[in-house]
Amino acid sequence: MDGLLLDIGLRHFLFVSLIVFVLGLYCVLTRKNAIGILLGVELILNSANINYIAFSHFSSGNYDGQVFAIFVIMLAAAEAVIGLAIVLGIYQNFSSIDIEAVDSLQG
Amino acid sequence: MPLEALVFYLLAALTIGSALIVALSHNLVYSAFALLGTFMGVAGLYALLAADFVAVIQVMLYIGGILVLILFAVMLTHRIADVDVSNRTVGRIPAVLILGVVGTVMGVCIGTAEWVQHAEPMVEPTTFGIGEAFLGPYILPFELASVVLLVALIGAVVVSRKELRGPMADG
Repeated sequence: MDGLLLDIGLRHFLFVSLIVFVLGLYCVLTRKNAIGILLGVELILNSANINYIAFSHFSSGNYDGQVFAIFVIMLAAAEAVIGLAIVLGIYQNFSSIDIEAVDSLQG
Repeated sequence: MPLEALVFYLLAALTIGSALIVALSHNLVYSAFALLGTFMGVAGLYALLAADFVAVIQVMLYIGGILVLILFAVMLTHRIADVDVSNRTVGRIPAVLILGVVGTVMGVCIGTAEWVQHAEPMVEPTTFGIGEAFLGPYILPFELASVVLLVALIGAVVVSRKELRGPMADG
């Protein structure tokens, strides 16, 4: 048991990633605030990236995982920009970013 | 305790502790700032996994870019006076049930699966290999990424600009 805890391997990183993923999913499922949901999405993307890098380091032996992680970071940036622009647009129209207050389609 | 294990557990504690604050805090500003700790911890984990380039990218893009953007959005969409209860949650019990099932299944899979592992993990500077990969097999997604970023840039401007209607629109 001692060696299992102290000998850091692939599973340790996968478990950290799992916990971050679960917390991010909790954030997405329970938040009523649109920005809170975006924070949860960022957590989930980070957990996916930990997996990519961990597999790249321990399993594959090439750079594919790291390249994918960079693509994920790039897409996260684009997603954050568009998401926050939409949130600001919602705030201008509804004076609130509570997702339950935003229930009409007509602009 | 070997140094690697010590560093790993410190970084994991930083990452998970901050993620807990992000997920559970009642104050959106605290949540957004706690994301800083998560991003720093994850960057440290990347460095521990010998992914130096991605670690620096993480710090520059996530902390320098996305986090600042999120903080701007928090400040712009909240009256600072009433941020105290800005981050309410709903449906905690179903969420905890779903996550319990999902987390248990994935945890059992992680714990029991026979992962393919190299005897010698890769430890060398990664910049050269990543550059080769971007300009070799990944040249098409790399070029598409620039288009995606351009579209995101224009899209953000279009979505968030103020629409002028009525007499003011003419002038």
